[in-house]
Amino acid sequence: MSQELIRLTNLVMEFDGERVLDSINLYINDKEFLTLLGPSGCGKTTTLRVIGGFLTPTSGDVLFDGKRINDVPAYKRKINTVFQRYALFPHLDVYDNIAFGLRIAKLDEKEIDERVTEMLEIVSLKGFENRKVTSLSGGQQQRVAIARALVNRPKVLLLDEPLGALDLRLRKDMQNELKRIQQAMGITFIYVTHDQEEALTMSDTIVVMDKGKIQQIGKPEDIYNEPKNAFVADFIGESNILDGVMLEDCKVRFFGRTFACVDKGFEKNEPVDVVIRPEDIDIVEADAGHLCGTVTSVTFKGVHYDTIVDFKGFKWLIQTTDYCPEGSYIGIRLNPEDIHIMRKSEYSGMFGDYSSYSAEYDEIADAEGSEDEA
Amino acid sequence: MKRKWLSGPYVLWMVLFTLIPLGVVLYFALTDAATGKFTLSNLAKIADYWPIFLRSIWLSIIATLICLLIGYPVAYFIAHCKPTTQRLLQMMIMLPMCISFLLRTLAWVALLDDTGIINNFLTSIGLSPLPLIRNNGAVILGMVYNYLPYMILPLFTVLMKIDPRLIEAAEDLGCNSRQVFSRVILPLSVPGIVSGITMVFVPAVSTFYISQKLGSPGTILIGDVIESQFKAAYNPNFGAALSLVLMVLIFVCVGVMNRFTNDDEESMVTL
Repeated sequence: MSQELIRLTNLVMEFDGERVLDSINLYINDKEFLTLLGPSGCGKTTTLRVIGGFLTPTSGDVLFDGKRINDVPAYKRKINTVFQRYALFPHLDVYDNIAFGLRIAKLDEKEIDERVTEMLEIVSLKGFENRKVTSLSGGQQQRVAIARALVNRPKVLLLDEPLGALDLRLRKDMQNELKRIQQAMGITFIYVTHDQEEALTMSDTIVVMDKGKIQQIGKPEDIYNEPKNAFVADFIGESNILDGVMLEDCKVRFFGRTFACVDKGFEKNEPVDVVIRPEDIDIVEADAGHLCGTVTSVTFKGVHYDTIVDFKGFKWLIQTTDYCPEGSYIGIRLNPEDIHIMRKSEYSGMFGDYSSYSAEYDEIADAEGSEDEA
Repeated sequence: MKRKWLSGPYVLWMVLFTLIPLGVVLYFALTDAATGKFTLSNLAKIADYWPIFLRSIWLSIIATLICLLIGYPVAYFIAHCKPTTQRLLQMMIMLPMCISFLLRTLAWVALLDDTGIINNFLTSIGLSPLPLIRNNGAVILGMVYNYLPYMILPLFTVLMKIDPRLIEAAEDLGCNSRQVFSRVILPLSVPGIVSGITMVFVPAVSTFYISQKLGSPGTILIGDVIESQFKAAYNPNFGAALSLVLMVLIFVCVGVMNRFTNDDEESMVTL
């Protein structure tokens, strides 16, 4: 699990002078499930295409097993790709699509047959050998694409938003399926998605990207619990992000109150971003709360209520199973471990205010006003 | 259901100007010129003209293959140009089609004639003139020149539609550029090849003007024979019989070709 397989060093990619990747440094271990996560245009697909050999980086190195492979063309790399929207060959049937790579490698037909049959079983498509790929459903095409890549027994499988075109139910099934295949075959997966939930569910390691830069690398739990900046906090799950000042180790002041927290290592009186996850907040009677505010909207979400509470003009999102009607005056309590402190970054002040979360038009107008100020 | 009436004008057109004339051709082909009685003698006479039929088909096949060999690389090249360049090149290919077919063929006569532009130039620099016209080569040249755009355009359309990610997928699975072409691009462009071949072969096999202007009495084509039956020999019954046989032969040729490519075409249709 710990042996390094791929390393990207100071990777820069420019298209027509526009910098799409900015000094990417990343190493990927053998048999790891690594996810590149970020909004569209963040550079995650570009990174994947550089690893796949479809793009040559402007500068920086791509190392595979310690060897520089910048100039090795795609067809010579021990890497296979599952493309966005599959890219199956329409002139071939399911069997011939899966056998394609093996035939190029000139294996004898008997071995090809064994391996294709084995793959068809793994992706549960037995009996579909002679079907035209164009007659398959999205989920089935997806599985053909995975089989076509995996049958070559690559060291690394690249997956570019492979589940993006599937409906929610099928996506969940395929997530489990992919994770199972990855563990069973012991192949390194590099997975690109913009879906944070998908990333959290499947990955060993998540790389959060934005604007061509890596924002944070870590295990799913760490990324969620210890986001590095406001962008990561906002992109992974929901977050209330507030301005605060770190008075000393384990003491932070915001909203005119001092709270105990568990974070250390900041300068005295350093301005910081404070993250409070909506599900960590306890609602109490108004007179027992650390902070008190008025509920401005409640939305039923199934498992919980999304409750927006106005604290002195700043709107928080609280996810709770307790129903508090609109207009009620409530208090909240914050435990030290519910408060997460981050250093200020270029993203400070851009996220974490839920003024625009409400369906009421005047409040949306408010939110736009406040964005202008920022 | 009312929408089927939208095809009404065309159906009427087709009945008036295709089906009824075909019936007339059939009638003439099977009747005697003098008596108007049913006869198979027109069709029987055709046996004398088999060599001309075969020559017409043979020259058209060669012209079609040359068109394919020239047209495919050009279409491939255009399909990989920038959109603005594509439009320009497409226009250049269609440009000759804007000039009268007769004029274009006559221009070749002026170029290739024994005392034409090329031979005049050759004699002026002290070389002996070449026999450039009134042979099979000149007829094939005329066919290629006139029908090449009809090969390039369908090929270009099909090559444009090939998803670039399929090419990446092939590279990803280990294909070098030669294998990408033979395993993915060529099979996917078969429908374009088929329609290109059809659009060149069919008019080429029935042409008469090209062979009259660029060919010799020895390279007479079946189109010329048919024309002469109506215009010189005044034997429309025999001309009709020849036309009928030519039509059947074209159907057979196109049918054989489609048989080879049927499977691929189906998969393209469902794409």
